This record gives sequence, C-alpha cells and structure tokens, in this order.
Amino acid sequence: MTAYIARRLAMTIPVLFGILFVTFLMKALIPTDAVLALYSGTVSEDKAAEAIAAIRAKYDLDKPWYHQFVLYVGDVARGDLGESVRTRQPVIDEIGYRYVNTMILTLASLVVALIVGLSTGIASAYWKGTWIDEVAMGIGLLGISMPAFFFGLILIFFFSVQLRWLPVMNAGDWKGLILPALTLGLIEAAPISRITRASMIEVLSQDYVKAIRAKGLPESHVVFRHALPNALLSILTILGLLIGGLLGGAFIIEVVFGWRGIGELAVKAIGWRDFTITQAIILVSATTYVMINLVIDILYAWADPRIKLG
Amino acid sequence: MTAVLQVKGLRTQFATDSGLVVAVDGVDLSVNEGEVLGLVGESGSGKTITALSLIRLVSAPGRIVGGRVMFDGKDLLTLTEREMVRLRGDRISMVFQQPKASLNPVRRIGAQIAELFEYHRGLSCRAAMVQAVDLLGRVGIPAPDRKALAYPHELSGGQAQRVMIAMALALKPRLLIADEPTTALDVTIQAQILELLLDLCRDTGTAMILVTHDLGVIAQTADRVAVMYAGRIVEERAVTDLFDDPCHPYTRALLASMPVQGDVRDRLGAIPGSVPPPGRMPLGCRFAPRCAERIRHAMTICDREEPVLYRVAGGLSRCWLAAPAVVRS
Amino acid sequence: MNLDANPAPAALAAYDDPGIVAGPPRGGFRAMLRRLWRHRSGKIGGGLVLLIIFCAIFAPWIAPYDPLKLAMLDRLQPPSLAHPFGTDELGRDLLSRVIYGTRYMILVSVVSTGIAATGGIFLGLLAAAGGRWTDLLVMRLVDIMLAFPYILLLLAVIAILGPSLITALVAVGIAAMPGFARLVRGETLSVRESEYVEAMRVLGAGTLRITFRTILPNIASPLIIYASYTMPLAVLSAAALSFLGLGAQPPLPEWGAMLVQSRSFLRTSTWVVAAPGFAIFFAIIGLNLLGNALRDVLDPKART
Repeated sequence: MTAYIARRLAMTIPVLFGILFVTFLMKALIPTDAVLALYSGTVSEDKAAEAIAAIRAKYDLDKPWYHQFVLYVGDVARGDLGESVRTRQPVIDEIGYRYVNTMILTLASLVVALIVGLSTGIASAYWKGTWIDEVAMGIGLLGISMPAFFFGLILIFFFSVQLRWLPVMNAGDWKGLILPALTLGLIEAAPISRITRASMIEVLSQDYVKAIRAKGLPESHVVFRHALPNALLSILTILGLLIGGLLGGAFIIEVVFGWRGIGELAVKAIGWRDFTITQAIILVSATTYVMINLVIDILYAWADPRIKLG
Repeated sequence: MTAVLQVKGLRTQFATDSGLVVAVDGVDLSVNEGEVLGLVGESGSGKTITALSLIRLVSAPGRIVGGRVMFDGKDLLTLTEREMVRLRGDRISMVFQQPKASLNPVRRIGAQIAELFEYHRGLSCRAAMVQAVDLLGRVGIPAPDRKALAYPHELSGGQAQRVMIAMALALKPRLLIADEPTTALDVTIQAQILELLLDLCRDTGTAMILVTHDLGVIAQTADRVAVMYAGRIVEERAVTDLFDDPCHPYTRALLASMPVQGDVRDRLGAIPGSVPPPGRMPLGCRFAPRCAERIRHAMTICDREEPVLYRVAGGLSRCWLAAPAVVRS
Repeated sequence: MNLDANPAPAALAAYDDPGIVAGPPRGGFRAMLRRLWRHRSGKIGGGLVLLIIFCAIFAPWIAPYDPLKLAMLDRLQPPSLAHPFGTDELGRDLLSRVIYGTRYMILVSVVSTGIAATGGIFLGLLAAAGGRWTDLLVMRLVDIMLAFPYILLLLAVIAILGPSLITALVAVGIAAMPGFARLVRGETLSVRESEYVEAMRVLGAGTLRITFRTILPNIASPLIIYASYTMPLAVLSAAALSFLGLGAQPPLPEWGAMLVQSRSFLRTSTWVVAAPGFAIFFAIIGLNLLGNALRDVLDPKART
C-alpha cells in the first residue's frame, strides 16, 4: 500500500509542475500594457518611462522567462504568493480566510449532493422503468440543464424574498450557508443521481445478486449491504471530478450569494486585472483539486479488494 | 416415498421486442425425498428458466404465468415474496453455473456464508462465523479459518464452487437446485465437485434437481432423469432405464450423439436441424421436424397433433410411439 | 449548472466499455434520421432548438423593439401587452432582447464547440498517428489541462485575454478541447487496430488516405455524441462567464449578461431576472433533449 501511495505521489509531481507552469504563463502572457494600465493614472508622462522600468524590475519582467520561472517556483515553495497588484498587500493574507470559506461551501454542497443524489439514484435504479424512475430522470434532466446561478436566484426569490426564511446576503453566520449549499448541492445531485442509477443498475444485473437473493436475504440487505458497496466503488472513481465541479461551481455561487470565498475574489480580481491574486487563486485551487484526486485514488485502491497493489 | 416437490403445468413467459416468448411451456416434475433428479436439455430448452422459476427468481421481462409448484404442502407460486424470501436459502437453495460470478466481489467469503446463519437462524456475528468456518472445512477447503477471510477473486473456480455449495447446504434445505454446477469448471475438478454435492446431500438429506446438458454428469449422479426439449418435458425415467432403453426419439438421438469409449464409429451422430425458436413452434410434436423415428415408422400424426406424456416402462415419454395404438389412429 | 469538469470522464467512461465501438450508425445515416424523427423527447428538444434558430435568423423581423434602444420613461415595466416580457432597468424591451439573445446562444454553441472539436481532433489525431513521443507529449498536455477544474481553466484564459464575448468563446473552446482530444485519440487507436485498416494498408493505401477515408467517418458517431454533451455545457459556461462580467459585456443582449445586476431586481421586478434566466434554461433543456435523442439513435447500447 505504501508503495502505491509513493508511486501515486510521484505521478502527481509532473502535474503540479504543469500547474505551476500554466499559472506562471498567466503572468508572462499578460501584456505589459495591462500592468501599465494599473499605474497609468498615478504618474505623469515624463515619469512614465521611469515608472515602467521600476515596475518591470519589481516584477522581474526584465529577466529572461526561464529565470522568471525559477524565481516563481522558489517563491511559491516558500509560501510567498506575491503581493496584490491592487492593494499591495501580501496575497496570502487576502486569500487565507477566503480559502477556508470556499472549502466550507464546497463540503456542505457535497453533503447535500451526495444525500440527494445517492438516494434518488438508488431509488431510480431499483424501480427502474416505473414512474419513480421517470420522474427522477426528468428532474435529473432539469438539474443538468439549470444554470447554477439562475437556480441560486430562484432559491433566493422563494426563500428570502417571498418567504423571508433566510437572509439574502451572507451575514457571516451558518444561516448564510444554507441557500448557497442547497443551490450547488441540488444541482450537482443531478449528475450524481444519474451515475448512481447507472451503476446500481449494472450491479443489480450481476449474477451474484441473483445468488444472494437465492440465499433468501431480504431485499433491503441485498440492496444496501451487497449492491450499494459495489456501486459506490464506481461512483468513487468519478468523485474527484464531481468535487472539481463543485469547486468550480462554488466560484460562481459565491458571487451570487456574496459568500466571501476565493471564487468571489478571483472574479473581482480578473475584472481589476490584478493578476497576482488571480494567479495565486488558480494555483491554490488547482493544487487543491490535484490533492483531492490523489486522496480519492488512494481511497479507492484501499477500498476495492480486487486491486493488486504491487 | 414422499415427494418433496411436485410441479404441475409450470409456464413461464418472456415479453420481448418480438412478442411473447414461452420459455417453459407446461412442465411437470416431481422430486422425492433425498433423490437426485436430473434435468437434461440443450441450451435453449428452457431448463435454466425452469430452475429459476421453481425458486421464483425469474426477473423481468420474464414472468411465471401458470402452474403449481407444491413444496412442503404449499404452492410456492401463491406465496408472498416475503414468505418466499424466508424459504430461500433455508428450505430451498440454489447453486449457479459461474461460481466466481455468484459471489459478491467486495465481501469476504466467510462473511457471505455467515450471513445465512445470521438471517435465517438469528445467530450472532461471531457464532455465525464459527459455523461458516466449519462449513468451509466440510466442503474441503484447506485452512478454512484463514480462507474465510479471503475475497472471491482469490479463489479458484473449484474452490468458489465449494463455497457456493457450502452456502447452499448450510441450513440443510429439503431441496437443492443445481444449475450446471460443473459446466464452468475444469474437467479434472468436475468429478470432485459432483462427488462433494452427492455426499453432502446425502448427509443433510437434501433432495437435488441437477440441471445440465451433460449426459455424463447425469449418468454419474442422478436417480431419475427428466429430458427437456423446447420448453417441455419429453421423457422422464429412472436413470438406468433411460440409458439402457431410451424411449423418446430425442433421448435416443442425444445418446447416440455422445462419444463413447471404445466407439468404432467414424462420425458422431449429430441431430440434424436445430431447436425451433420459441416464437415459432411447429404444430404437432415439437421434435417432429428432426425426428428420425417418425420417418422410419411413417407416422403422420406427429405433424398434426401434440402428444402428451404417455406411460412407458419405468417412466413417461411424450411421443406418439409410446401412445397406445388405439390413440394413434 | 453542471460544470463538472468536462463531461469527459462520465462520457468517456462509457467509451471504456468495448460495447460502444466506433463505426457508422446502424443502418446508415438515413435510417438514423428516421429513428431520430420518431424519438419522442427528441422532438421536444428539436422543437426548442429550431425555435431558437428561427428567432436568431429572423430576429430583426420578429422582435417588436430595438434591443439596444434605451427608453428611460418605460423602465422596469411589468409584462404587458406592449411588452410581453416587461422592460429592464434601462427601459429596453425584454422580449426583443431575449430574441436577439438567441444569436449569441447559437454563436457560442457553434463557435466554441467548433474550436474545441477542431483543436481536439487535431491533437487527438496527432497523438494517435504520431510516434510514441508525440503521443506522450500531447497526452501530458491534455492531462495538465484536465488537472484544472473546468471553471478554473475558463478563468485562467479570461485572465490572460481579458473579459469579452470573443475571449469567452475562446476560453470555452479551449476548456472543452482536452475531452475531444482524448476521445479522438482513443477512437482513432481502436479503429486503427481494426482489420479493415490493416486490409487497406496491405492494399497500399497511404496514411493520409486511410485517415480521411476510414478513420474520420468511423469516429464521426462518437464525436457527434460527445459534441452533443459539449454544446449545452458550452452555452452554460458562456452564460456563466457573462453573468460574472467576464464574457459578453452589457449592453449586449446576451442572456448571461442580462443577469449581471439581477439580484437587486429580484423582489420588485422579477421579470428582469426571469426572462433571460428561463431562456437559458429552456435552451439548454432543448440541447440536452436533442443530445439524448441523438445518443439513443446512434448508439442504443448506451441507453440504460
């Protein structure tokens, strides 16, 4: 097992390297005019050339690109993600607490999505072809067609505006988590439901299910103790992707609900052309995603007894 | 001799895209206590569906639509699913053809045996495990206490089938239905498994229905044999009678096509033609189109009317040749 | 919004199953069209899509007002006979804006999917046909792209290129490329190993000829199916980007852009939010239904 973990970790290194390179590219490819635009208002014409040179020196833009890259990697390794171009504050400070917020939202949404998605998927599969299945499939279709931001607005309309149960804007307490988590969770439940259904149908058609029924075990036992664990394994393989989708969706939902996470900041930062922050957020998010996938892969290898971990 | 199982007029049909297909078309069977009934037929004869119908494990789009299956004084076809669940594994059990595919791949085999005891006998986890290990030993698995922790993919085909047999006979059922239990196994192991089945059934007093296409297996294990063709029983005899003096032309043709040691023929006698597809059964006797006897005896009634099961020495045969002469004309 | 990375893995997982093999549709293209015609939900989807196309083409004739014309006196009017969808905060007629918005929807679905497909096919063929090193290199590139959650990829491209409608199209196209590349590579490899390609080679056909005559027509089916997953996703993503202010910019009557300030109108002028929102919703439903129908028709084995 440890050998497998080590091997898997080793496979992650080139990917992380790739992420570093791509995020580095972001800075390198941004035209210098963008940098200038940020400073153009504050200096007079004659001082402009000086200012430009100073900026280029400060951001190492005057060095050859491979040198810049090495510096960049070094900085990241030391935890120095640079300074916000806009506020001149260290990026780490700005995104620290927001990162936690985004993770909380993602986790809460995952819980909702799993509960709703798994249960509807299992029900759909077990009663395949009946009205339960048709209804669930129909709702599933609506789920994958519904834009998350619109759904969020709809939920706000019903729960905050009409019913006044929940606050519209996030006031910082747990109540502000409900609507965003529901929005993201319910939408993501649709693909989970679909995959669970397909997985369960496959499992339920296997020979061993017939053999288990021949042993006279009750249906609940057949479904939950025998079929479900097998189906869950298949779902585990795409869990990483689903979480990636949630992470991405969280970015948008944060904007809709004013949830102070890295997504909300990233969107604003792109608008401000604050590339240091944007770069840092993308780096951090992509790395998180890779790490989550790593954990899931290891989890899968541990959970499936058929995998030989040589 | 008390009959453990009596089946009358069993009919099972399937709803397919091309219409209703009757896979089991009026099957009568009976099994006595402790006896082994062989159910023989080619693939497509409906023998597996018959086996599944007896234990009511036919899944959609199949449906049992007629007949009676008398077991322990009750008609199984009238029981609720709940009552049926209680019977399965406990009073009637089944062994399937592909042993490794019949075990849950992600659970240890010991646990899979143990749950039988937990559910049907209310034993605790631990006590059930003890029974499971004991059973593994009795079916000839070496180091049963360690093997109980194994996963199905770690077993060989033969070992997996032993585990299946252990599960099937764990609660000493009155009837075991074995659907091609050795077909997927190596020839060298087949004899061992059959012997194991027979020994254990004798120990537990379990009657067995052995479904197979292999006449050799029948010869080794069965007391009585029922031959199936195109969804019907065409001959039912004691095993020695069947092999010594087969009545039905189909049985005769089957036996003739079997390679025998010391055979001096240079061609195997294959039966010309093929089994009629379930949607298109011929009028009259279903075997008539392929029957050599019909031609030899210049029979005309075979094409027009279906025979029922007539009494012959030691059993029954669904053939006009077995009918009393007066009926034939 | 189902922006779960690419539809890649879920869809591609189906392609690991040898049951779905590249090949021409069952019975040829004409039979396929006939089956499509009879598909029930596909008809609804097809109808919605046709409606959208119709609106896009005939917008100037069927839209009652100029979508860009301001009319401050009529701002925030609820739906009425004069303005069936109401007016927005600058007095523009929402029905007209929604109708013109169909043009952007079509632009997005065709252009983005086109970019993704073209790039993906190129990369995929390159990887499959090139040597071991090309394959390795291209697939590493694809893997790195797939290491980013879908939205992050979009944001990265927009961050570099700046927010606008065009850059949004490009971003969505690029983000969907790796999925196509993987698919094309996989299917090309499997077709290449097949016997008739061997036969063609024996008969002396060159690689280019084999590619165009044999491989491309045979991967057409899976490609169409994959494109049918990608298109609704592209429309969704572009709308999301506009909503975030990172795509089409106001005053363009693009549906996502129309929702930018929406939260403030939720209570008092709900129609401002409802019109573009439901337009997006139904457009995507239409695309998804059509996609389902296409899939059922091209490969019934994929249906459970």
